[in-house]
Amino acid sequence: MTNAVSSKAKTWNDHSSARKTSVPEGLWLRCDGCEQMIYRKQMEANLHCCPECNHHYRIAGAERVKQLADSGSFEAMFTGLSPTDPLKFKDLKGYKERLLAEQIKTGATDAVIAGSCFIKGRSAMLCVLDLSFMMGSMGSVVGEAVTRSIETATERNLPLIIVSGSGGARMQESGLSLMQMAKTSAALARLDDAGGLFISVLTDPTTGGVTASFAMLGDVILAEPKALIGFAGPRVIQQTIRQELPEGFQRSEYLLKGGMVDRVVPRNELRSEIARMIDYSGR
Amino acid sequence: MSSFYQLEFEKPVVEIEKQVAALQERLKRVQGGKVGGGGAAGEQTLETGTGADEESAAPEDAGAIEREIDALRVKRERVLEELYAHLTPWDTVRVARHPKRPQTRDYIEMIFKDFCELHGDRRFGDDPAMVVGFARLGSTKVLVIGHQKGRTTQEKIACHFGCAHPEGYRKAMAKMRLAEKFKLPIVTLVDTPGAYPGLGAEARGQAEAIAVNLRDMSRLKTPIVSVVIGEGGSGGALGIAVADRVAMLANSWYSVISPEGCAAILWKQANEQTNTAAAQNLKLTARDNLELGIIDAVIPEPIGGAHREPKKTAQHIEKWLTDQIMDLKAHTPSTLPRTRYERFRKLGSFAEQVA
Repeated sequence: MTNAVSSKAKTWNDHSSARKTSVPEGLWLRCDGCEQMIYRKQMEANLHCCPECNHHYRIAGAERVKQLADSGSFEAMFTGLSPTDPLKFKDLKGYKERLLAEQIKTGATDAVIAGSCFIKGRSAMLCVLDLSFMMGSMGSVVGEAVTRSIETATERNLPLIIVSGSGGARMQESGLSLMQMAKTSAALARLDDAGGLFISVLTDPTTGGVTASFAMLGDVILAEPKALIGFAGPRVIQQTIRQELPEGFQRSEYLLKGGMVDRVVPRNELRSEIARMIDYSGR
Repeated sequence: MSSFYQLEFEKPVVEIEKQVAALQERLKRVQGGKVGGGGAAGEQTLETGTGADEESAAPEDAGAIEREIDALRVKRERVLEELYAHLTPWDTVRVARHPKRPQTRDYIEMIFKDFCELHGDRRFGDDPAMVVGFARLGSTKVLVIGHQKGRTTQEKIACHFGCAHPEGYRKAMAKMRLAEKFKLPIVTLVDTPGAYPGLGAEARGQAEAIAVNLRDMSRLKTPIVSVVIGEGGSGGALGIAVADRVAMLANSWYSVISPEGCAAILWKQANEQTNTAAAQNLKLTARDNLELGIIDAVIPEPIGGAHREPKKTAQHIEKWLTDQIMDLKAHTPSTLPRTRYERFRKLGSFAEQVA
């Protein structure tokens, strides 16, 4: 379930070794989508999408919050949470060292940002998985922050928006990571019972234990264009079935056609689409 | 008997077993020599030919040979017990995957009566990797659900070696809702390397199927008890294990990923050494999961693993299930979602700085 992590981590690293966004340094860059030379500042001003072909670059959690929340309205919550190393996990590198390196690189404690905000003037609870931190993988801290976000939305009767971008459950916390899937999903059952609204936004990539828990449980599921969304990573599937995967497999448009998501929404329309859904729900 | 010995670490037991077999042949010859039957005796001499030195030193009367066999059997039990008491996590995974290990259908046969299988998911098709049906546990009517790996090659292929598809999870959930309506407790037996990673499974929403089970199991107003009987591979296992009480058989494993999957990603390759390390680090054994609070009990297995004495293992499982269901039936069904929620709500390990 976490198998997607490495293949996607590679893609991530192809773009950036130690920074928050996936765009290489320099004034100009060649677009991953259309291979045109584009002006970096123009791309960034365009919500980190290519001005020529609208290729959506991966963005870090802080940038996502900035893009979605009304200016100055975001109030961070649960910021005191930080990861421990309950299993004393050590692969080629110890989990503790890995965490420390990620914390120094990103300035964040773990792969989640949560808080209350306004979106186009509508009060909401916003929770964003941060791809720049260990591929947005879900360990105890992410699971706890997501669960608290859901619980807060339930208590305060706020629309809940979770933006997912994640390789899946975090292997270094093993069984405890797995349990976060049950924990977050159970919290969503309560939100649902209370009549709450949950808008799940899927971004590139959303795989493994995150997809197989809260990310696919939205009352409404929106996906950014061409995002990789699936349970198993493409490499694992390829190894299992031993044949080439069809073009566009596990991408947003494929999921839309298969009835697995409700709308494919370009980044520049995300705010207004979320606001529209909140209005329809009557929250 | 020899097919039980497929595991590398069981070599010392195999040696003892060989000695016992040789002695048994001798015993037959000593006893049978008086009766006759020359042709058979000739074959036996050939088979036991390697033990010629031992034979010359061994006692000739039947009583002495029998005593020696008994002594070896006692030794065998002791060695087996010793070996299984100190299994490495990776060896535990091997025991959990032993081809002779009892599977869901075996336990249904041994533990329950009047099993009435329900096949329909009403969506796509019947997934043989997920067995679902009504049954009786003692005098209690229940819904029983479990992953099935398959015994014959044909069955294994049909079951995708215990990797269920979305239709399997949806069938399970549909029948669990039925159990809630009929006020039947739910028993689930977990035994999967993971949910199936394939084209069809993805196209039909594997992630969504599992996610819905996690959400909806959490709010079912009927008791749910789960036992990991072999492999507890990730979301595919959890997809039928959001229960009020969860136990593991002593030689099963339960984790977010298989040791090989983990080794391939974090150690960049899966081999004997990295699999061993991954299994160790993942804290996937029953004891580790108990310590982490992920499960509530460890169900003991007979010496040498469940595959050596399936009936006895089944009795242990039956006792645990009966006790739990008895206990849970004392609760008002509508209060179960709350206590179940709290059970999972507290799982996780983090530090918190209060601002």
